Parts: sequence; C-alpha cells; structure tokens
Amino acid sequence: MTAALQIDDLTVHYATREGALQALRDVSITVPEGKIVGVVGESGCGKSTLINALLQLLPENATLPAGRITLEGEDVTHASTRRLRQMRGQEMSVIFQDPMTSLNPVLSIGRQMRDIQYRQPGNRTEKDRRSANMLGRVGIPDPVGKLSAYPHELSGGMRQRVAIAMAALMRPRVLIADEPTTALDATLEVQIIELLKEIQREIGCAILFISHHLGVIAELCDRVVVMYAGVAVEEGPVEDVFLRPGHPYTIKLIECDPGRLKVRVADLPSIPGSLPDLTDPPAGCIFQDRCERATEICATPPPRAPQRPGHWAACHHSGPEGS
Amino acid sequence: MLRYTFQRIVLALAIVFFAISALYTVMITLPGDPTTVLLGPRATAEIRADFRERMGLDNPVYVQIAQFWGRILTGDMGTDFNRNRPVAEAVLNALPHTMALVFGAIFWSATLGILLGAFSADNRGSWLDRISGVLSVAFIAAPSFVVALYSLLVFSVWLRWFPTIGAGEPGDIMSRLYHLALPSFAIGLAWVGYVARIVRASMLEALGENYIRTARAFGLPRRTVIYNYALRVAILPAVQVLGVGIGGMLSSAVFAEIVFSRPGLGSLIYDSVSGRNYPVVMGSMLVAIGFFVTCALIADLINAALDPRHRSKA
Repeated sequence: MTAALQIDDLTVHYATREGALQALRDVSITVPEGKIVGVVGESGCGKSTLINALLQLLPENATLPAGRITLEGEDVTHASTRRLRQMRGQEMSVIFQDPMTSLNPVLSIGRQMRDIQYRQPGNRTEKDRRSANMLGRVGIPDPVGKLSAYPHELSGGMRQRVAIAMAALMRPRVLIADEPTTALDATLEVQIIELLKEIQREIGCAILFISHHLGVIAELCDRVVVMYAGVAVEEGPVEDVFLRPGHPYTIKLIECDPGRLKVRVADLPSIPGSLPDLTDPPAGCIFQDRCERATEICATPPPRAPQRPGHWAACHHSGPEGS
Repeated sequence: MLRYTFQRIVLALAIVFFAISALYTVMITLPGDPTTVLLGPRATAEIRADFRERMGLDNPVYVQIAQFWGRILTGDMGTDFNRNRPVAEAVLNALPHTMALVFGAIFWSATLGILLGAFSADNRGSWLDRISGVLSVAFIAAPSFVVALYSLLVFSVWLRWFPTIGAGEPGDIMSRLYHLALPSFAIGLAWVGYVARIVRASMLEALGENYIRTARAFGLPRRTVIYNYALRVAILPAVQVLGVGIGGMLSSAVFAEIVFSRPGLGSLIYDSVSGRNYPVVMGSMLVAIGFFVTCALIADLINAALDPRHRSKA
C-alpha cells in the first residue's frame, strides 16, 4: 500500500554568504493513508523548510541536493510546474500558522474560496454554494453571509476555521497543518483540534501536523517525528515516544514542556546551549554539544536504534537511562 | 462608510475655508496696488480712494475676508474688472480645460506608473528593473516645464506627431484629446516615476506577505497571484499619492498651459496675478483649491472602496 505522503532522505540547503546552510538533512517521514502524523520540534528545527519543500515553494536560494517526496506514489520533487500547481490546494493543501495574516485582506472570503476552485467546472453560484457548504461544516454561523465578509471582520478563531475550510475545500489527500493553533488561545485550540479530527474523518485525508506543542501532538496524532536542527532524531507511535522517549533530545523536550509541571517553579526548565551552526554542523550526532550522554562515539553518525516496534531513536546511547 | 464620507467632506470644507482665507491675506499684502495697475500712473488720489472704497479695499483684512466669503456664499464671485465680465464666467470657462489636463495626467501616471512598478517588482533585480528604476528617478527629477518644452520640441516641431498650441476645436472630442495628449503627458511624467516607485516598493512588500504564500500554496496561477492578490494591495498607497499629487499637477498645469498656449486655470491665475486682478485671482484659486480638495477626497473614497479594512475603521 502506498503511503499518502512519503518523504525520503530529504535534504535542503540554503545558499548564504557563510556557505550552504543545511536546513534539512536526510529527513524521512511517512504519512500513511488516513493517519495523522505529528512533527514536533523547537524553532529552527526546519519545520517551515519542510512545508515549503513539500509544496515546492522554497525560496530561490534553496537547493535540494538529495531526497524524494512522493504524494500517493507520484514524485513531487520532479513534477512539472504545471502539475505542481494542480496538486497544490487540490491534492495537498495547507493550513497556515497565523490566521490573521494568511488570508488576503482586500478580497472577500467568498472570492478567495472561489479562486481556489478556478480549475473546477461550474459557475459562480455553484462554487459559492460549495464554499458556503464547507464553511458551514467547519462550524461557521451564517456561512452564506460570511462569503461576502472580509478577513478583518472575523475573529482569530473564525479566520482559522475559514483557513481550514479553504484547505479542506477540494478534499485533498494530504493536509499539512502548520501550527494551526499556535496563534489561538487555549479554549479555541481544543475546538480547532476537534474540528481537524472531524474533517479528517469526513474527507479521509492524511494529515501532517506540525507543532511545537507536545500536548496538541499527543491529543491528535497517531505517530510523531521529533526534529532537531534539520534532522529527524526520533520517530514512533505517539504514546510510545512520549511515555518512553529514546533520544536524549526528546527526553529533554518532554521535561521542558511547561504543561507537565505540577508545582510552581521560579525558572522554567530549559535545555542548556543553543542550536548548532547549520552552515557547519558537527560530524556525527547533531545534538552532541548539548547532550549529557555525549561521548567520543557521538562524533560518528548515530544509528537508528530500535526502541520498541515501529519506534526508533537516532542515538548511540538511546533508551530511558542510556547505554 | 457614510459616516466616513461625511467626516471627510467636513474636513475638506474646512481646508478650503482656511486655505482661501490665508491666501487672501497673503495676496492683499503683496506689493503692488490694483489701483496703480488698473487706473494707470496718472490717476488722482481721489479716483484711487473712490476705487478702493468701491472694491472694499479700504477695510481691514478680516472684514474683507468676511465680505469675500459673504459674496461667495450668495454665489457671486465678483467682477473681472480688466475685461468687465463676471469672474465666475472666466473661471468656469477655464476649469474644464484644466480638469481635462489634470485627469489626462492622472491617466498617464496611473497606467504607466502602475504597469512600470508592477513589472519592476515582478522582475526584481533584472536589468529591466534597474532601467525602470533609473527612468523613474529621472522622471521625478525632470521639472515639468522642461519636459513640456522638450516634448513640444521633439513630438510637435521635429516629428510633427502632435499639435503645438491650443486646446483643439470646441465640440470635437478627438481634436480635444489630440491636443491634450502632449501637455498631460508632460505634467504626468514626474508622477509616472513616483507611482512606479511606490507601486514597486509596496508590491515587493505585498509579495512577502503570508497571504501571497497562501495563494501560491493553493496553486493559483502566477498571474492571478501577482496582478490580483498582490497588486490589489500594492496600488492603495499609489491612489493616495495621486490624490495629493493633484496639487502638484495643478501647479505644473500653470507651466504646461503657458508653454502649450492652452486656456485653463493655470494661465488664468498667471495672468490675473501679474495684473493684480484680485477678484479673478481669488475666484480661480478658490476653484483650484476646491478642485484639489475634491480630488483628494475622491482618492480617499476610492481607497476606502478598494480597501475593506479602511472602510470599517473610520
């Protein structure tokens, strides 16, 4: 069975004045049909690059030295511009992070939703009916009236619902969610998560859910990929990874999640040190400079050490206590 | 929207009132007396005094301003005592020519400027972008009377493509447009440069916005993304600038009307100022300022119509 979205050894470099910045290195992610896969990582781990690479909307200074992205068996990395435009929004669509800026401020909601359907047959009335129908399904009151509304007339939560409606409009096979709840407050977050689950059940798409919020990932996803500085360091079923993390970075990340603190502390925990220089990354393990378990062997590329079935960590000393 | 329009109109009226009152004061204090110009050096003191009294020139400035507004409100703009005709007639004859000239200039600057700016932003960094940048700055830097003189020389005298003088046959629209092309181009050229620069900058800004990424992520054609999603936002500052720019175009119109020997407000103001023909100066300035304020108001309303955020904020 082909996966809905398959990313193999994806490597992305940006040309900068200091040399090639290695934004992604050998990242492999598989999103099976109808499943939700989470990608978790802090700022700078390559989440945005990953999304832009999936859509083939990387900036001009980016190169793709290695890797392959396939969407339901079709190679995206070598697709023609024409074919890519057909895929975007129809077979693979995105919900962007900030609903306040991701909708065009001078065009009405209806116009923007109509434009997405420009390839579809049918006249304006039919397209508007389809848009209103989808707006209704994402829980927007008075969907027909909202077609003539402009983004600034809606609240943040409503705008994010519009963004979800736009992404789901063409019933894509793969939905990419780029931190869709980060800009929203906590109560809305839950609603949006529920909505995403519903939409996923309804149109049967696969979702690649990108977030730095561990709680949201745990709530929503089937599997999770942990990324650090452009490298996938651990992957496995969500519960397994969160309860029995194998990679020292994942362990630290979970420890640092403010959501799991039970008592009030003066300083929130953090990981000492900072991200490595991606124009000159260290040989071997990417996390070695900040890792408590680091030894000499970490200067060699870490293996994908199996933890439990379908769960691996790219570490020489993986496991709950290290080895 | 209605409330916004109302606020703008009140503000516009206030601007006209203060501008004209200030102008009246300045004009009265100009050296040179209408009595000398009109009555000649040999007029006696009594004749002068009598004339001053008839014209109300012996009153204090504020009384004169009040009288002036009083007359304007009753629809009387005074008499052109050089030619012995109502000022309103002189001004209303001149106004359409100047309006045509200014709107012609706006036409040139909006179409050429937006095209040039959007094209530059779309081809950022290419040699075409650089050429258009240099051209824009050159357009802005060239004084409009120089452009007027040279375009007259090149297109009318050497190439003989356009007529040299006049405003065309009355009632013949093609002849009018034919005579309008060159003078309006001469006035509009500097604004082509401004508009191109502004549109290029705001276009580049817009292209970096998240909603452009969204549009591309949904597979919209490149043409739609650039010329619809980005340009819709990018022309807003240009509309505003053109609205204010009408003031500059009106003063350029003075030169253009003189160079091309066209009738119009510019030449009327020029003649009446040099002749100390106060009623005509005031009448034509009132109409010119009124025209300017109206155009700025229209630009605001166009902006509000194009930008939904603008509408509900006010």
